[in-house]
Amino acid sequence: MANTAHAAEPAGETRRDFLLHSTVAVGAVGTAMMIWPLISSMNPAADTLSLSTTEFSVAGIAEGSRIIVVWRGSPVFVAHRTAAEIDAARKVNVSELRDQEKDEIRVQKPEFLIVSGVCTHLGCIPLGTKGTDPKGDFGGWFCPCHGSQYDTSGRIRLGPAPKNLAVPPYKFTGDTVLIG
Amino acid sequence: MSTEKSRLQRVFEWHEARLPLVGFIDHAVGTKYPAPKNLNYFWNFGFLAGFMLITMILTGIFLAMNYTGNVHMAFDSVERIMRDVNFGWLIRYMHANGASFFFIVVYIHVFRGLYYGSYKSPREVLWWIGVIIMIVMMATAFMGYVLPWGQMSFWGATVITNLFSVIPVVGKMITTLLWGGFSVDNPLLNRFFALHFLLPFVILGLVFLHIWALHIPGSNNPLGIEVATGDKIPFHPYYTAKDAFGLGVFMLFYFGMVFWFPNALGDPVNYVKANPLVTPASIVPEWYLLPFYAMVRSIPNALIGVAAMFGSLIVLFFLPWLDTSRIRSATFRPIYRILFWVLLLNMFVLGWCGAQHPEGLPLILSRIGTFWYFFHMFVLLPVVGWIETPKPLPASISQPVMPAFKPAE
Amino acid sequence: MRKVLIGAVAAFALSLPFAALASEAEIHIPKEDWSFYGVLGKFDKQQVQRGFQVYKEVCSACHSVQYLAFRNLADLGYSEAQVKTLAATYEVQDGPDEAGDMFKRKAKASDYFPKPFANDNAARASNGGALPPDLSLMTKAREGGPDYVYHLLLGYEDQPPAGVTLSPGMSYNKFFPGHQIAMAKQIQDGLLDFADGSPNDAPHIAKDVTAFLHWVAEPKLEARHDTGVRVILYTLLFTILAFLVKRHIWARLDK
Repeated sequence: MANTAHAAEPAGETRRDFLLHSTVAVGAVGTAMMIWPLISSMNPAADTLSLSTTEFSVAGIAEGSRIIVVWRGSPVFVAHRTAAEIDAARKVNVSELRDQEKDEIRVQKPEFLIVSGVCTHLGCIPLGTKGTDPKGDFGGWFCPCHGSQYDTSGRIRLGPAPKNLAVPPYKFTGDTVLIG
Repeated sequence: MSTEKSRLQRVFEWHEARLPLVGFIDHAVGTKYPAPKNLNYFWNFGFLAGFMLITMILTGIFLAMNYTGNVHMAFDSVERIMRDVNFGWLIRYMHANGASFFFIVVYIHVFRGLYYGSYKSPREVLWWIGVIIMIVMMATAFMGYVLPWGQMSFWGATVITNLFSVIPVVGKMITTLLWGGFSVDNPLLNRFFALHFLLPFVILGLVFLHIWALHIPGSNNPLGIEVATGDKIPFHPYYTAKDAFGLGVFMLFYFGMVFWFPNALGDPVNYVKANPLVTPASIVPEWYLLPFYAMVRSIPNALIGVAAMFGSLIVLFFLPWLDTSRIRSATFRPIYRILFWVLLLNMFVLGWCGAQHPEGLPLILSRIGTFWYFFHMFVLLPVVGWIETPKPLPASISQPVMPAFKPAE
Repeated sequence: MRKVLIGAVAAFALSLPFAALASEAEIHIPKEDWSFYGVLGKFDKQQVQRGFQVYKEVCSACHSVQYLAFRNLADLGYSEAQVKTLAATYEVQDGPDEAGDMFKRKAKASDYFPKPFANDNAARASNGGALPPDLSLMTKAREGGPDYVYHLLLGYEDQPPAGVTLSPGMSYNKFFPGHQIAMAKQIQDGLLDFADGSPNDAPHIAKDVTAFLHWVAEPKLEARHDTGVRVILYTLLFTILAFLVKRHIWARLDK
């Protein structure tokens, strides 16, 4: 609507132009304000946001085995690491890593690694949880989509993924873990 | 700046020379269109109908993103929209009340056409497309009302789909086909959702044709006479400005309803989840379908009742020929003008009857009303056209013959 | 134009007497004052909290509020910790666990209020065949809304009027359609003591619990009123500006 069809009009129309521009501006801002609730409705709803914690126990996980728990609809890897696995994760020279993180800051208890189960490349679920799964060259996880390999600390070592597997916020209470 | 602009202009012209898309759209429905300068505020309602269509499509798309078309989840998903989805309550109330306001606007638009004879030559095709839009709107609204899967959704769907069962021979087959089963259940809900999503876009296409068909003969006007080129003004800025003001006034009513009386036009029983084993005390459609519901119930024979209901809409296609008068505007037709108001009153009375139990006074009134509707269309319109002596027409819309007449401000 | 408008109003007005005919047989429900009515109406949070106490201690024995989650109580002014503590006093079913069994656990803020009965049939069996309806939408699902619910709670008569015989297990209620209701009289003077020491006579209890039910039915009411005022003021501004523009543009035709 805001075009200048009256450009041919004589001068002395300043008041009308001001009015016209104000009206168009008010109309445009009003339209934008009506669009906002529509876009906002696509964001997570209140019930979705409230489902943001997951609770589980690590008591039943045998040393050397791994499980998957679900947090906010996505998998989280929980590994009860052997001494050898911890050792392997800790003796790596951090400066050679793509995403330089020490194993110590990625775990709260060295024997339990808790990391997001979503490959940081394009969102596939890496293999390595079941005993029969390929674990890659570094004894951690192997993503079948594009061959990313993670070590026993969940750090990216080979392949296209740019980042280590993320560590979710969690808290130990005895054997019970609360994620989120 | 100026070279930049002309380069853009050149790109545009290069494209238009190969596919004149913008030129075509602007020619068919654009705002350079010359309109009579005496259109009154009743001519705002076409624009308002377009505004409501866009509002309904936009809110509807975002509702559909959160709605689940399954009998076990539909009601809950609507409540989730109302409680948990960001602004879900606003979007749903705008959509639910939007349906009512869409019909208010369209009915005023239709009765404006009836009063000023906008259906007459050379605007018959324009009128036909309008009637088709109204019928498709009714179907869309009905299916939309089923989606929340409340008690009235369910029983409304049951009653209306059962109307088809009275058709001889194929009736039962048609209802089974509509239901996808042996009663109203999940298949029906699912397909109604699909169709309720599709039909608004069909309406959008029809609206394009409607405006195109308007731009060929040009707008009718309150005097109903041909308009000299000198008495026309460009739609923009004159009528865009007038429509913008009308839109503001309209929105005050619409938002007043949405924010303070969002459930006033709905039936409380639809906040009870559908229960196929319990029929509510009275089954009433939304207000905009009440007159037609009254017609179907006024006739003891089910088949004729259904025929009357659909016939009351089909007859509108023949209006340009049933009305034998060549004078368009009721302003110059003393008898037709009275008949017009009686017809409008008749629609209100039928609407009231549609909300009552079909017995006693409402039944008698709905019979009289149904009879009058068809008597008006098939007998009074042609006869009055023949016998009526119209008042003298003005020579042009700038020179009215009646001293009392003032052009719309 | 003016004539047409007058005609339209007249046609509508002429049809109104018919609408008046409709209401003769219906039960008249007196109107009450509610804090949530009106242009800027809001819930009285203290009142709704008291109503919640009534629901918890009385109604919840038979009636569910299936769309109410514990987290929603934060809107009534309860802190997150209070909500969690309250939720933990309820048990909900979860599972299946690793062994495939369903188990009970303490409710979390994200859980919905547990229903008093496992399913509708169990509810009927415990209530003489009548199903206590879910109350989440009750004030919107009945003609008369909150006024109806309030008067229904108080509308019991110990003795039905002469000539009315109650079916077994039914009570007489002035406001219930058909007057025979399966729910016995619940709201009485001194039924419970409010935590905030408010009056606990029957009308106050009924009013508080109805306010609570309306909050459950329409939790976004305050946001709706707030947004509405802003939208209307803005639309008014737009309308006035558009009117002035229209007048200026059309003034050119008179030159």
